[in-house]
Amino acid sequence: MLRYTLNRLLQMIPTLIGVAVLVFFMLRVVPGDVVEVKLRGDGGAVSQEMIDMERKRLGLDKPLLNQFGDWMIGLATLDLGKSMWTDRPVTEEIGTRLELSLQVAIMATIIAVLIAVPLGTTAALMRDTWVDYLTRVITIGGLSIPSFWFGMLIMLGLLYFFGWLPPITFTPLYVDPVANLTQLIWPALAVGYRYCAVTARMIRSSLLEVLSEDYIRTARAKGVFERLVVSRHALRNALLPAITVIGLEFTFLIGGLVVTEQVFNLNGIGKLFVQSVSRNDFTLIQGMVMLIAVFYVFTNLVIDLLYAVFDPRIRYG
Amino acid sequence: MRTSVLGFLGAFAFAFAGATGTHAQSPKRGGTLQFAISAETPHYDCHGSDTYATLHFSGPFYSTLLKFNLDKYPEVMGDLAQSWTVAPDLMTYTFKLHPGVKFHDGTPLTSADVKATYDRLRNPPSGVVSTRQATFGDIGTIETPDANTVVFKMKAVNAAMLEHFASPWNCIYSAKDLAADPNAPKTKINGTGPFIFVEHVKGSHVSGKKNESYFKPGLPYLDGFKGVFMLQAAAMLNALQGGQVLGEFRGISPAERDRLVQAMGDKIRIEESSWTLNLLIVFNVEKKPFDDVRVRKALLMAIDRWGGSQGLSKISTLRSVGGVIRPGSPYATPEAELVKLPGFSKDINASRAEAKRLLAEAGVRDLKFTLHNRNLAMPYTPAGIFLVDQWRQIGVTVDHKQFDTAPYLATMNAGNHEVAIDFSNLFMDEPSLGLAKYVSFKRAPENRSRVNDEELDKLYDAQVRELDANKRKDIIKTFEKRLFEQAYQQPLLWWHRIVPTHKVVMGWKMSPSHNLGADLGEVWLNQ
Repeated sequence: MLRYTLNRLLQMIPTLIGVAVLVFFMLRVVPGDVVEVKLRGDGGAVSQEMIDMERKRLGLDKPLLNQFGDWMIGLATLDLGKSMWTDRPVTEEIGTRLELSLQVAIMATIIAVLIAVPLGTTAALMRDTWVDYLTRVITIGGLSIPSFWFGMLIMLGLLYFFGWLPPITFTPLYVDPVANLTQLIWPALAVGYRYCAVTARMIRSSLLEVLSEDYIRTARAKGVFERLVVSRHALRNALLPAITVIGLEFTFLIGGLVVTEQVFNLNGIGKLFVQSVSRNDFTLIQGMVMLIAVFYVFTNLVIDLLYAVFDPRIRYG
Repeated sequence: MRTSVLGFLGAFAFAFAGATGTHAQSPKRGGTLQFAISAETPHYDCHGSDTYATLHFSGPFYSTLLKFNLDKYPEVMGDLAQSWTVAPDLMTYTFKLHPGVKFHDGTPLTSADVKATYDRLRNPPSGVVSTRQATFGDIGTIETPDANTVVFKMKAVNAAMLEHFASPWNCIYSAKDLAADPNAPKTKINGTGPFIFVEHVKGSHVSGKKNESYFKPGLPYLDGFKGVFMLQAAAMLNALQGGQVLGEFRGISPAERDRLVQAMGDKIRIEESSWTLNLLIVFNVEKKPFDDVRVRKALLMAIDRWGGSQGLSKISTLRSVGGVIRPGSPYATPEAELVKLPGFSKDINASRAEAKRLLAEAGVRDLKFTLHNRNLAMPYTPAGIFLVDQWRQIGVTVDHKQFDTAPYLATMNAGNHEVAIDFSNLFMDEPSLGLAKYVSFKRAPENRSRVNDEELDKLYDAQVRELDANKRKDIIKTFEKRLFEQAYQQPLLWWHRIVPTHKVVMGWKMSPSHNLGADLGEVWLNQ
């Protein structure tokens, strides 16, 4: 297991280098740069000399390959550089937002798993009954309704029925848990609903498949209690594909809540991503893409390791 | 001579619709104003910025030499300057500073700080961005005969110099800070304004607390403020409706105004004014067939601005029909004269018939081109759609393409556009600012028509140096006529500013520019 984990960690390096190369060159395809937006975006009559000076300061006047070299050297030394928009370290810009995004992702995952496992299991066990049909309505609703729109409905509902809205600025959990949860529970619910729907559908279909396996029939024939058949033999195996979905969804939530974060005015990674793209803030975009890529490869590793935990037949060595 | 210019401006000073009426009540002290800022500043340096996001953020922390008197806009009044005199030949400006002014770090403000600030503005050290270098290019020397006196000696007469001294972008910095690091104001705030910087949580908010040592007695009224960055209009409207923020001082759309009024009734105050912003139709004269004045003129004449104004004003921030100067402002061309200029006729059928004739005369049939536009819903998208429809009515086919800001600007700067919707964003109505976009491309790279027209340049320079207001107005009219006859570019419509505040917010003053009145010094809460 240790050797396998080390191998996987080493394999991450070429993957991440590939991502770094791709994001660097793809960003440069779009015409324009951050200097134009910063100095002329609001109609500023700035001289060309001033524009050139700013480009030089940010290194944008260098040949592309030199810029690429700087970026790769920075990566190798874990230096993501400074945001071209704010002149502050990329790690600082991301760090300010990461806590909130991680917390929303974790809360949404907890909500999704807590609801999806019983919901998907019940739907599978009570296949083609009204319970299954109701679950189908709920889950297909979750898949169909965009999270940001659900979020807007939540906000409007709170405003209309209670004349109240959650706080609009972030308070860390360790500073004031009530204020923190009062703000973040709503976006977690909004994205957790869709997340839960995806997971519940996955659990239902894989559980149905597992329940028709020979070893389940054998367990039942041996007189094992139905509850044990489901929990120990069927669900454990049925959860394997769900774990993959849960892991990938979790990583997506860290950087992908672009519109939902704006609806709730959350100061998260998704909003920062959109702002950086609209400003052509190359260094910040590159930093965030690398962060999310790292999250993805680590999540994949964790998922693969969890497979071995849930399925004794899988052994890495 | 100068008096006549000021008198002329003063005669046009006007009250805005929906005046707050705060003068009837005695201001109450205390409380924290929480308001929305719909963009976040990239840095704190007023000198190197052109976005209101910097002013709505930094404005409460800084003072300027002069400022606009928003009760009598466009008159100017003293801020740090207790008094000032202007030499009859307009070549010397002498300012006496308020005594006893202190920076937030406790050091006293002296004339050396004003000099250091203006030196940085007009001649920035290497590595420092000043977007106002050209504005202060007419200053020859700055002298500081004593700690409370600053004397500006000019190289050339500039009719708008006092207004430039009142620009909200000229935040006065500490000479000591600038000597230590010329770029210090980008990341460090040390002003003399009514509020002291408390914190900036990036992506979230900025907050300030009352400056107990503020040099204006009794001010500010508030204990503090918190400006929350709210980039999404729906979130901002919810927050306004829910009372989480008490105002948004840039401006909202008519639809957003209607939603707030419907939901909040008499709890919300709506103030409206025409706005010192416009959208421009720009023809790239380096591209065929837009090198032919007949084609350009035909396209302008096909646009029904008066009808468009009625429709667009219901769904967008576009409203007023005007020439190169904001309609209603001192140097604007009156409507009776405007309708005689190409593109402004109220007889749209006759105008479109003439447009078709001009296209035929130019030998242009089945004209097709791409309209280059910015990918911002308000008001660029409705403006683009409107223009496509207007030009369709004279048989012209238009491919409307919208781009994010960076590629939008890059394409125009490289001259790769055919026809574009450009914008003009001014902080006041001073003509030398408003007309700067139309002078020759070799002088003004922001002229997206890329034309070089020496006649326009001469007229521009003449109006800058002309001290007689009526003569200056005539020169501006001649400039405008030449510009529209040549049809290089033309304002489509001027914007309309709508500002919502809760009725408990008092003392905030409406103006035609979202860049003015950001210091919050006289704002108070009636609760």
